[in-house]
Order: sequence, then structure tokens, then C-alpha cells
Amino acid sequence: MKVDRRSFLSFVIGGAAGTALSPLPWKLMDDSSIWSQMWPWTPVPPDGEVVYEASTCSLCPGGCGISVRKIDNRAVKIEGQKGHPINDGGMCMLGLSGLQLLYGPTRIKSPMKRIGERGEGKWQKISWEEAIGLVTKKLTDIRDKGEAHTVAAISGSDKGTVPALFKRFMTAVGSPNFMCTPSRQFADQLAVNKLFGGAGYTGFDLENADYILSFGSGIADGWGAPVRMFKVCSHWKEKNIPVVQIEPRLSNSAAKASRWLPINPGTEADLALGIAAVMLSKNWVEGDSVSGLRKWKKDLLAQFDLQQVAQITGVDADTIVELAKGFAKANRPLAICGRGKGQKAESLRETMAVYALNALADNLNQTGGMWAISESDYIDWPDVRPDKLASESLRQPRFDGAGSGQYAEARYLASRLAQGLEGDGPYPLQMLMVADANPCHELPDAKKVQAALAKIGFIVSFSSFQDETAAMADLLLPNHVYLERYEDVPVGAGLPQPAIGLTKPIVSPQFNTRHLGETLLALAKTMGGGIAEAFVWDDYESCLQETLADKWDTLMEDGVWVESDVDTVSNSVKLAAVNQPGVNAEGDPSSFPLLLVPYDSIRISSGYIGDAPFMIKTVADTVIKGKDGFVEINPQTASAAGLSDGDLATLTTPRGAAAVRVHCFEGIKPGVIAMVQGLGHTAYDGFLAGKGVNINELIGPVEDPSSGYDAAWGIRAKLAKA
Amino acid sequence: MSTLDEKATEVMDDDAAHKKNGNDSGASGTIILFFIIGFAASMVVGWVVFPKLLYSQKEQPFNFNHALHVEEVSDGCESCHFFRDDGSFSGIPKLAQCTECHEETMGESEAEAVFVEQYVWKEREVPWLSYSRQPDCVFFSHAAHIKGAEMDCVTCHGHIGESESARPYEYNRITGYSRDIWGKNIAGFKKNSWDRMKMDDCAQCHKEAGLIHMSSVQTNRDACFVCHK
Repeated sequence: MKVDRRSFLSFVIGGAAGTALSPLPWKLMDDSSIWSQMWPWTPVPPDGEVVYEASTCSLCPGGCGISVRKIDNRAVKIEGQKGHPINDGGMCMLGLSGLQLLYGPTRIKSPMKRIGERGEGKWQKISWEEAIGLVTKKLTDIRDKGEAHTVAAISGSDKGTVPALFKRFMTAVGSPNFMCTPSRQFADQLAVNKLFGGAGYTGFDLENADYILSFGSGIADGWGAPVRMFKVCSHWKEKNIPVVQIEPRLSNSAAKASRWLPINPGTEADLALGIAAVMLSKNWVEGDSVSGLRKWKKDLLAQFDLQQVAQITGVDADTIVELAKGFAKANRPLAICGRGKGQKAESLRETMAVYALNALADNLNQTGGMWAISESDYIDWPDVRPDKLASESLRQPRFDGAGSGQYAEARYLASRLAQGLEGDGPYPLQMLMVADANPCHELPDAKKVQAALAKIGFIVSFSSFQDETAAMADLLLPNHVYLERYEDVPVGAGLPQPAIGLTKPIVSPQFNTRHLGETLLALAKTMGGGIAEAFVWDDYESCLQETLADKWDTLMEDGVWVESDVDTVSNSVKLAAVNQPGVNAEGDPSSFPLLLVPYDSIRISSGYIGDAPFMIKTVADTVIKGKDGFVEINPQTASAAGLSDGDLATLTTPRGAAAVRVHCFEGIKPGVIAMVQGLGHTAYDGFLAGKGVNINELIGPVEDPSSGYDAAWGIRAKLAKA
Repeated sequence: MSTLDEKATEVMDDDAAHKKNGNDSGASGTIILFFIIGFAASMVVGWVVFPKLLYSQKEQPFNFNHALHVEEVSDGCESCHFFRDDGSFSGIPKLAQCTECHEETMGESEAEAVFVEQYVWKEREVPWLSYSRQPDCVFFSHAAHIKGAEMDCVTCHGHIGESESARPYEYNRITGYSRDIWGKNIAGFKKNSWDRMKMDDCAQCHKEAGLIHMSSVQTNRDACFVCHK
């Protein structure tokens, strides 16, 4: 038998025929199509039982109710909770992106100690016991030397049980230096105290008002409780309610308002007082709820000349009269202030001027009006009895100077931290603990803050995320994120009624993190002695439950507790001085011809929480393009400086310089340039880091002479083609 | 004329040549033989070797006796494989369901000991391997078939409820899906309605039941996305 070419061909043909008659080709065809339609590396979300669990969002001060969709134990979507008194089913972008914060790569996954140089990013995972031991040892060493006052704490808030535990811990240790990051809340509280003569804060019944004067408040850009504000804006639109937005830039809020008044930045107080002067001079004031009006009127009218106000503010005299008339003649007029998201303080002069307008319109503590709500703290713990070491240290002055001397009116002055560390402080700081705050990014003159923090020997960060301050820390004790923990969320945020929300653990902790409340209790326990005695609770949950007392059941059931019978500070205001000093922008106009103002965007988170990837995707390419951040400039100003749209330029202020791109925008006053807040991160992930410029590095704190609070609304600047 | 003659001669010559080269049956036999060898070998590869290569096997975490459980429960299959309140189908039971009865060891089988010690006490979910899991692109509603069309489980899943042990889980090495979807028979032939779970089987049953919907205007049949999401 000879095997030749023919035989071979025959073999192949036989093979082909056999193969065709076998299932092999047909099955392979089917399988390869299934394989290519569903690549095995494409993630397939596991199936499971669908449940919705209610909780509260604490990513901003708004306190919205959320309903989290879960598949078995995985949270897969965050929705607004229907029927919730604050957001009634609505949701903002940040709230929707919450799961990216929970599952995202920027979480700190375990307690860690620094092993490289500070800021180098070299960390070693350690156990919680070791971490607590390290803090205890450090604190004990400092206390034993009688230097407990050289320990400081920065918190994102001073409301609720967790900040209260933090503050209590500091007192028990013997440090007077519990600080909060700057917030409009404190300027508001001070204004209420001055005008109404008691401790409280303001709320605004915006839903029922019928004429709105907004002094730069971002009614559609995240002011107050953002989702409530979106709904209110829509309601105003439907009912044709006049909304006057007063700000130098055509923001979303201005675009949504029925009228936009581009004002010279920083002159809002003058306009408010000007409107008040017109109302008084024309006798349009009802004023039953104002005491000291006669003198105030005399002083005001003596000081204010309509033409002069028009010149200062850039709003013409007729318009001012028209505004005064509209405001005075409306049934339920309401004036609000707090620029942008209302997260940063404006001057006391401005706050009081706007609140005085409300008083003159006689809309206090009533439907559609401004409410002065009593500070009713449900946290009623017995006072700490500091031990001997602590008592001695507590007699030391506060590091930031708040509460004494020229800053007697201020509660916390974290904006003075850098200055203090540079040598202005009463003593050097040895230790800093940071919770829910990112001072290296959010404090004014952030670069200086970062440099100053390097002078502190030991920094502990409780942050859940790898933010700029955590990068500077020596020890990381990561907190659970809000979807993993119980916490009370007291909501001010301009609501006319006090409310408390409750966050609940929607999912079990994803990493080796620990609730800040538990960490503080554990620290107190290991410190022992008088410190341990100040913390009687076994765990945070029992502390919370005990503190909320009869509100606990309501909170567990409804997720929110709203005070129906509002306790007001007073129904009348006392108007005294008109001549409080204003706050000017830093810098010399001759060398810095432009005014740089920050603005807020609902698409960019600007506080402790960094912008989530979902959100950063929605930012227009006139705000950031690639890595470049933009400044908005009027085309007129741009062409005078030889700049055109898209040009690279160097933006210089007395505090620093940055490379930016130019965005020519008709909606901004000539001579003013604006840049968004919340960008220019160096930490977090690739979605956020390195994009745009951190405006806080270009603007320094400007102290309000009345209080000491940072009331900077802008800074002088110059822009040159790069 | 002459040209035609020449051609005729050539043809005759050719024929003669073939005959002369003679005993040709040997060569063509070899060719046929090779054809048969090739044919047979490829048939063996296609029908026997290929399925063995294509599918791999895994054992379930431990043995499970369906028959025993069905006897013990009151509500048949739905006692464990139930519909949730929202109408979705629970599929393979979670540990929490099992522990309703199996908090402690019940009976003396080896599988029971493994289950209680390895999973119940350690609170670990049992990583069961699902014989009937459809590819991710297939949307299938149990409620529409069981509640809506009042079909029984056996029609698609066969008599698994009577099985006394868990057979090995076979899966396709290329697609990663269970062998039960294509069916045990590599040629795709089936005797019973539960032998295969491919799209044609869905279609066949729907056709037999006269359930031709017309959600697609183009095809006058159900649109693709009714089942393929």
C-alpha cells in the first residue's frame, strides 16, 4: 500500500466530511459566539434579593433622606426618599455618587502609620490596637509634661454626637483647642445673637415667600439644602414669584432667577443697607418687630446717599428704589445671604444688613419669613470634670485666639491656624487630630496651611479618604463612611424648622475601618483615669440611643425627626450700630487690577468630600479641560489684556500664582474674574487629582474686624498671557 | 473531418492507457481507505473526544439529597425555591433559609456534617454550582412561567426533585456556562422538554403553546429585547 498525495488528500477529505457530520464545528460556532458576546472578563453583577433601605445623606449640610437600593448585601443605587421633609424624593449629583465614595479606590482601608517621609505616601498597615496605643502613648507623653493644650483638633462640624464626643475628648485630655473648619454657620449665629439677643440660628420659609432678594446665595447652585432649593426654585418659577439674584456673575442661580443684578463684588452689604435706607426714607417700613429703629434710621439715613450707593454697588439708583419698593410692598418678602453654597462666612456687616431687611419687612418668625430658631441642643451630657493635668492646660488661651481679646465673639478660627503655626500663636502645637475636614485643601491660603502643618510633630487623620491632609498625617485611623455607620445629622441649612436625620449602616463596613465615635471611646478607655470617666458609654450606639432619648424611635422608624413647635429666640430684633466695618479684598489695585472671586458649582463638591468620578464627568469643558482649569473673564477685559478664549495665562494674586486657561464669558462683570471652588486636588484618584486649580491657594483669609471670622469674598489679581 | 477522427483516437488511447496501467483497484482502495480513516477519525474526534475536551467537571461543595428534602417539606419545590414578595424568584436558597432547620446537625450523613461545620457554624454561604444558570444576556422571568402560565418545575428542570445525590457540575470550557444549557447530548438532540435550555427550546414551547407575541413591528414576532437585555 502506497501512501501518496492522493491518499493524503483523500484522508483530508474524509476528515472534513466526518468533521462536518460531527457536532464539532456547529457546537464550536455556538460556543464562540456565546463567548464573544459575553467576554468572561466582563463583570456580571450577581443576582439577589432587591431591598430598599432608608437612611440620611451626610455628604453636605443638607441632610436629605435617601433610599438605597440593595441586591442582597450590596448597595447598588442611591435614590431620594419619597415624602422626606427635606428632599421629597429628589437627589443631587453628590448624593447619587455616594456609592463611588463607598466602593471607590480613594478609601483608606485600614489603620496605617507613616513609614516614609511625611507626604511621601509610604504607609504600613497596623492593627487598631496598635493604632490606639500609639495615640494614647503620644497623648500621655504630652499630658505628663503638662502640655495638653498643645494638642489641637479640627472637625468638619460642631453639631451632633460625634463632634460632641470629639470636643469632650479634647476637654477631658486638657486641650482648649477644638476647632471647626470655617463655615457660614458661625457668622449666622453671631448675627442672630446680636440682633435677637440670644443663641440661635436662622431658617427661611422660602416655600411660602412671594418676593426673594438673594444676595449672591446659590439658590440653584447648592445653597442650604440643595435639593430643597431646586424644588423651591421650580415652585417660584411656577408661581411667577419675583426672584432677584444679586451677584457679579451670571451663575445658574442668576439664570434661574427672574432678575439678575450684576453687583460690584463685595458691596452686597452696601446694597442691602441702601435698600433699607430707601424703605425707611419712603416710610415703607412696618417695623413692629424692630426696636431701636428711630436711632438706626437716623444713623442710616445720615450715612447713605442713594447716588453714592449706586456708585459703590454698580446698581443704578432707580433699580435700588424699585427693589426697595418691591421688597417692601410684597406680602411675604424674604432676603437671604451667604454666597454660593453658603459654606463660607460673609462679613457680620453683610449678614446683619440682610437680616435687618427682613426685620424691616416685618417677616420674622412667620409663614414665608425669616425664623430665628433657638439653639436647642439635644445633647445634654453632664459636664466633663477635667483631672488636675487637664485643668491646668485648659487655663491656657486657645491657639486660634477665638473667644478672647479682639476675637471674643468668635467660636473657632481655624483660618488662623497657619498664621499661628508660623509663630503668631501663643505656643507651638505638638499634635493635631483631624476629622471630617481637609484643612490642607479647604482652608484659605491652603499651600501655607500645608507648609505650616509640617511644623506639627504628630498628625492623626480620621479621614475615610486619601485626602491632602491624610497625606500629611503620621497616623491614619479611618472612619466608616456614612453608608456604614449610625450617626445623628442635625440639619440647619436654612430650614425653617430644626430637623435631625439619622444615618444607618446600609452595608457592613467594607474595610478595616472604625466608627470615629468608637475610636474616641476606645481612646478614652485606654487613656484611663478622668478621661475614661468622662465617657460612660459602652459603645457609640448606646451613646447615640441614650442621647437621642425619645427621638430615637422616631428616627429609627422615619429616619428623620422634625420639630413641629419651633422655639424662637425672639420675635423682635434690636438694631444698633450701622457702622460696622466692611471687608475689602486683599491686594493693591494698582499692581493687581482685577478682582478674583470664587464661585460654587453643584457639579463640584467643595468641602471635605472630594468630587466623585460621576460628577467630574459632568463638568463643562469651560471649567476644566484635560488638566487645565479656567478663569471666567469678560471678553472686554480679556481683549484689553490681550487674551482670547482658550488662551493659557498666569493668574497671580498676592497669595500665589497658577497657570490657567481663559474662558471669555459675557455673564461676568468687566474687571472681575471668577474661578470655581473645589478643584486642584493633589490627593484622591486620577479622576480628581491634578485637575484645575485650588482657588484656596490663591485667596488668603481676610478677617472680619467684627468677629475675626474669615470673610474673604475675593482677592485682587492680575492675569498675563503665558 | 480529420480533426474529429484525431480526437476520437486520443480518447481511445486514453482509455487504453488506463486499462494498461492496470490493476487499478489497489490504488483506489487505498484512497477509499484513507477517506474512511479520515472520516472515522474525525467522527471519533467530533463525537467522542471533542465533548470530553469541551467540558470540565466540578463537584458540588457537598452532596445534596433533593428527594429527602421534598419529603420533609410541605410546599414542594417552592418551600425552598420560592418567590419573593416583589415577585422575583429566589433561586438557590441562601444559608439563612437552610439554617431555619439546620441550626444543628440533622441526621448522620457526611454531607450534613460538612454543611453544618463548614458553612452554618462559620456563617459562610454555600458556593452551590447552578446547573441551570442562563448566560447574563438572557432575561428569564420565573413568575411569568410558574405563576402566569402555571407551568411546573419539571418541564424545564426535569426530575431533579427526585434525585438522591448531586451530580457533578459540568461546564463549558469556552463559555463557562453549565452543560445543561446545551444539553447532555452533544448533537443537541432531545427527548424530553428539560433536556436542553437553548433559545430554540424556548421558541419551540412558545410555538406549541401558540404564544407568538408581536411586540416587534418589523418581524411580527416578539422583539429580541423581550428576552435579551
